[in-house]
Amino acid sequence: MSLFLDALSWLGDGANWTGPDGVPTRVLQHLAITAAVVGISAAVALPAGVLIGHSRRGAGVVGALTGAARAIPTLGLLTMLGLALGIGLLAPMLALVVLAIPSVLAGAYAGVQAVDPATTGAAKAIGMSSRQVVFRVELPLASPVIIGGLRAATLQVVATATLAAYTADFGLGRYLFTGLKSREYAEMLAGALLVAVLALLLELALATAQRQAAVRLAAPGRNPSQRTPDTREKEPA
Amino acid sequence: MIEFESVSKTYPGPTAAVSEFSLTVPSHRTVVLVGSSGSGKSTLLRMVNRMVDPTGGRVLIDDEDVRDRDPVALRRSIGYVLQNGGLMPHWTVLDNVATVPVLTGTPKRQARLAAKELLERVGLDPAMGRRYPGQLSGGQQQRVGVARALATDPNILLMDEPFGAVDPIMRRELQEELLRLQTELHKTILFVTHDIDEAFLLGDEVVVLREGGQIAQRGTPAEILAAPADDFVRGFTGVDRAERTLSTMEVDGRTIAVDGTGRPVGVFAP
Amino acid sequence: MTWLNANWPQVIELSGDHLALSVPAILISILIAVPIGRLAHRRPKIGTPLLSAATLMYAIPALPLLIIIPVVFGIPLRSPATMIVALSVYGVALLVRTAADAFGSVDARVREAAVAVGHSPRSVFWRVDLPLAIPVLLSGIRVVTVSTVSLVTIGALIGVPSLGTLLTDGFQRGIEAEVATGVIVTIILALILDVLLLAAGRAAAPWTRTPRAKAVAA
Ligand SMILES: Nc1ncnc2c1ncn2[C@@H]1O[C@H](COP(=O)(O)OP(=O)(O)O)[C@@H](O)[C@H]1O
Ligand SMILES: [Mg+2]
Repeated sequence: MSLFLDALSWLGDGANWTGPDGVPTRVLQHLAITAAVVGISAAVALPAGVLIGHSRRGAGVVGALTGAARAIPTLGLLTMLGLALGIGLLAPMLALVVLAIPSVLAGAYAGVQAVDPATTGAAKAIGMSSRQVVFRVELPLASPVIIGGLRAATLQVVATATLAAYTADFGLGRYLFTGLKSREYAEMLAGALLVAVLALLLELALATAQRQAAVRLAAPGRNPSQRTPDTREKEPA
Repeated sequence: MIEFESVSKTYPGPTAAVSEFSLTVPSHRTVVLVGSSGSGKSTLLRMVNRMVDPTGGRVLIDDEDVRDRDPVALRRSIGYVLQNGGLMPHWTVLDNVATVPVLTGTPKRQARLAAKELLERVGLDPAMGRRYPGQLSGGQQQRVGVARALATDPNILLMDEPFGAVDPIMRRELQEELLRLQTELHKTILFVTHDIDEAFLLGDEVVVLREGGQIAQRGTPAEILAAPADDFVRGFTGVDRAERTLSTMEVDGRTIAVDGTGRPVGVFAP
Repeated sequence: MTWLNANWPQVIELSGDHLALSVPAILISILIAVPIGRLAHRRPKIGTPLLSAATLMYAIPALPLLIIIPVVFGIPLRSPATMIVALSVYGVALLVRTAADAFGSVDARVREAAVAVGHSPRSVFWRVDLPLAIPVLLSGIRVVTVSTVSLVTIGALIGVPSLGTLLTDGFQRGIEAEVATGVIVTIILALILDVLLLAAGRAAAPWTRTPRAKAVAA
């Protein structure tokens, strides 16, 4: 437990909160790189995922991509790109984008694909163009799942950005690696706690966003507190 | 013998599923509960093997209150056939039929051997025993369900709309099969259906139910047809329907039966 | 290739270390997640908060978790135990929801029929619920297995040997072949375990294999 106290006193030390190596700078760096990576990934993967879901073709590709992303060791991707592209932001950014894309793609694809074909069929039947079907029907209905994909991607990027400090000097991960190198457990633990708190806060914020999307975009007018009352077990008839 | 002594069952909600229901099912007879969906038939049936415990009254089997029996042992001693067969999808047909004997400690090999005979008895090829239920037709699954219910040679068979989910031709076959089996086995059968024709075909005695498990009329099929108690029974049994109002007609010296629309439906034996 | 030719004994040894970390973690994850999933399915009031809490653990980044765990559990940082605990935390977080879904996927009518013919509650669980949950459960276990094997590499950062050692060592010494070997062998290991699981699942759930169409004719 004294280690926790050490970490807290490290966090309480004003000297650690100023300058280019201070906590605010590091937190901002971490958030900035996360936002940039998720933004780039979304720009690439959202349109692709929506298109695949809309056409209901290419499910295999999405499945294979997410499976492969799971199997590739993150650290391996970081170090390989680090060796190929040198020390700097480019290698980790690229690695993070590669890791984030499958989650975003899978969310967009799964969300759009799960929209009831009867609903999109009806939308077409009353005279909507394909474009209108996508933007007015499929996207709103798919929004909770799409945001779910972005949420998974964001979490993954926040976590992996910590590792990225292994090959580049940025973000909160730096505290962990300097701490590991100099066996400075207090600094290391303080950094770990900062990242964990940051990740949990983002997770809670995005979970809320996802719920809001479900209530406002996908199923407005349905009161989520009013669930269907019939909860008895189905009898075998 | 099964006796319902003014049993009631209320679920949370405005109306009782069953209230103050009394009935005696004599041994070795087939009694059919018939009524529309929600009239409480399944609830009554399931009180017998304690899948449902009544909120009032009691159910006796051979003068013993089922409440005094251990539910698991009770269920093993009663054959139960459900609408969708209720087979375990992950066991072969043979293992499904052998379920209860195996549960009660019969060696597996012996139980399987007996199961093969049962398959034949219900009109299935014993070679089917190696298949999984998912590989059988609905009618075949139903036969397996009957074989499973017979596996411990129980005195009582409970059947809850067992033939409700198969096509009419198959249903007819299964009904005939059950009649044939019953002439050999003489079980005490409590049978539930919403199909009045099935009730009249199978029941030694038929109990017509309305909402809330109220008995509208009980009697042999002939008694009910001859004297429907009220308009509800009249409507439910369709005694006023054209195909049930028969009359005779003489043609070339033979007496033939015609229905209400004048369509000939049969000929009287000379 | 020349690097691998010269260093294959080390690669084999590290693969062994890798398995010694991942396999126990996967087993522990299953043993913890399945009961929680079942609880969440049968008693949502208790189970659902537990499920959410377990899932939330997944949000904690891996390296920080590796550093926090020794402090909480009082074990040394550079130890296999730290690794296995962390991997199990993630494994449970990944698996609980699927485990709950797996029990939810069991047809309520089948379960009821089992009770009606006289299975005791224990027998319903072991002989009906659990076997019927296997197909869905297995899909979750496969996900956990692949991610666990990939995640083990991070242990190299705190000095726990695994194939991840090839990544850090190769990076520091600038040997691309070593890093590439680490990545590829890790992926191969994950694939092998995945294929084994798939085969085990097929063997354990023979009723899912057989297409219905073939049989109806007879
Ligand atoms: N587990 C239950 N919880 C609440 N209501 C039930 C339950 N089981 C049956 N009921 C109600 O009891 C009534 C009788 O049901 P049931 O016996 O299944 O009728 P039947 O088999 O004749 O269709 C119905 O109104 C049904 O909704
Ligand atoms: Mg019913």
